[in-house]
Amino acid sequence: MVWEPKIVGFLCNWCSYRGADLAGISRLKFAPNVKVIRVPCSARVEPAFVLKAFQSGADGVIILGCHPGDCHYSEGNYKTMRRVPLLKKMLAQLGIEDDRVALDWVSASEGEKFASVVDAMTEKVRALGPFTSNNAEELEHAKT
Amino acid sequence: MPKLKLALYWASSCGGCEIGQLQIGTKLLQLAAVADIVFWPVAIDVKYKDVEAMPDKSIDVCLFNGSIRTSEQEHMAKMLRDKSNVLISYGACACNGGIPGLANFYNRDMIFNRAYIETPSTDNAGKTMPQTSFQSPQGVLTLPEFYETVRSLAQTVDVDYFVPGCPPEERTTWLALEALIEGKLPPKGTVISNNVKAVCDDCPRKKNVKKVKSFYRTFQMVPEPETCLLEQGLICAGIATRGGCGAPCPQANMPCTGCYGAPEGVIDQGAHLLGAVASVIDSTDPDEIKSIIDNISDPAGTFYRYSLPVSLLRRAKIK
Repeated sequence: MVWEPKIVGFLCNWCSYRGADLAGISRLKFAPNVKVIRVPCSARVEPAFVLKAFQSGADGVIILGCHPGDCHYSEGNYKTMRRVPLLKKMLAQLGIEDDRVALDWVSASEGEKFASVVDAMTEKVRALGPFTSNNAEELEHAKT
Repeated sequence: MPKLKLALYWASSCGGCEIGQLQIGTKLLQLAAVADIVFWPVAIDVKYKDVEAMPDKSIDVCLFNGSIRTSEQEHMAKMLRDKSNVLISYGACACNGGIPGLANFYNRDMIFNRAYIETPSTDNAGKTMPQTSFQSPQGVLTLPEFYETVRSLAQTVDVDYFVPGCPPEERTTWLALEALIEGKLPPKGTVISNNVKAVCDDCPRKKNVKKVKSFYRTFQMVPEPETCLLEQGLICAGIATRGGCGAPCPQANMPCTGCYGAPEGVIDQGAHLLGAVASVIDSTDPDEIKSIIDNISDPAGTFYRYSLPVSLLRRAKIK
């Protein structure tokens, strides 16, 4: 079987999820690799969610929120804007490549942007190949 | 009532847990009145073969400290599990991997290379590395195998209770021993500590809205004594650390480093602390945010100081 990138997408309910909806309603063609999880706000995405995605076998994680200034909860997306760069810095120390995690802003009217962001992310992750953590070997060892 | 049979063991640890156990002071006499120590490598001369000769479940309680990084430690963990009715994971290393768990940012080759070749004080022209077995003229010499990855005790054998801390504070140790002496043990799997959510609940510093423009390391500033350390730009892990210690570190102007592990309900202490620290950054400008984050020189090592082996990813991926 040919490997396809598995990407978990955390989409904010108020902008990006509707942007994704618009992309679908508009019958835009885009990569089918992002598994969408709807969250109330991009700030709902705890850093542990991203780690959990990788631990569960994801090859990449994309977080999409409202544009800065447009947050339904005033400043949730600013918290995301601070967390993701720190998370990426930490993930680099854990051996997870920068391109495996992305943060972008997609509004409810940006169906086309959603499609292009998803396509770009899919190609970046495809270029990196599958994410295999050292965990698998470690768990195997624990059994013996 | 016959006396309790108590065993104490150390695996990959520094010896600080033994100090922690002695910290209970005169209460040791109370313990000695009800318990006999049958195995304690740091203090009494009982050999591994003596433990091996004990019948299964003949030890009432074993306090096991240290993480598991060698085959010898794994062997002893399994043996003490078989011989003990109650196995207590004692201290940060046994519970969460602890400081030795930071080795999970590397693998065995990198660690051996550093320790036996690269260190400036090492003279090892023949590049001799530890071998598990070596044929000498006098016979075969053996060493335990050094594993790629450090694990916690509960990742190795079934554990009954956890006593957190580096080392556990006297009050926490006594809480566990008191429960044993009185025979009032909590449900299996309990992390024994005073019932406090986070270190912040015990910390007397004044807490306000947290807005930080710059982070500092402890040697870069003298903190003001009454305000929350995180508000002053020191990365204090109290906000993401199980309480019960009484917050001695922040009261001594030292930020909490997280030795009691994740609070109840939190699965990944480092990620939790990362979320908290990033959220207090006082900026909405991506470039300024980046320069503030550049101040944090070792986020993974800081956030996972005691808990990398029990984190979601458990170790770094080495290319």
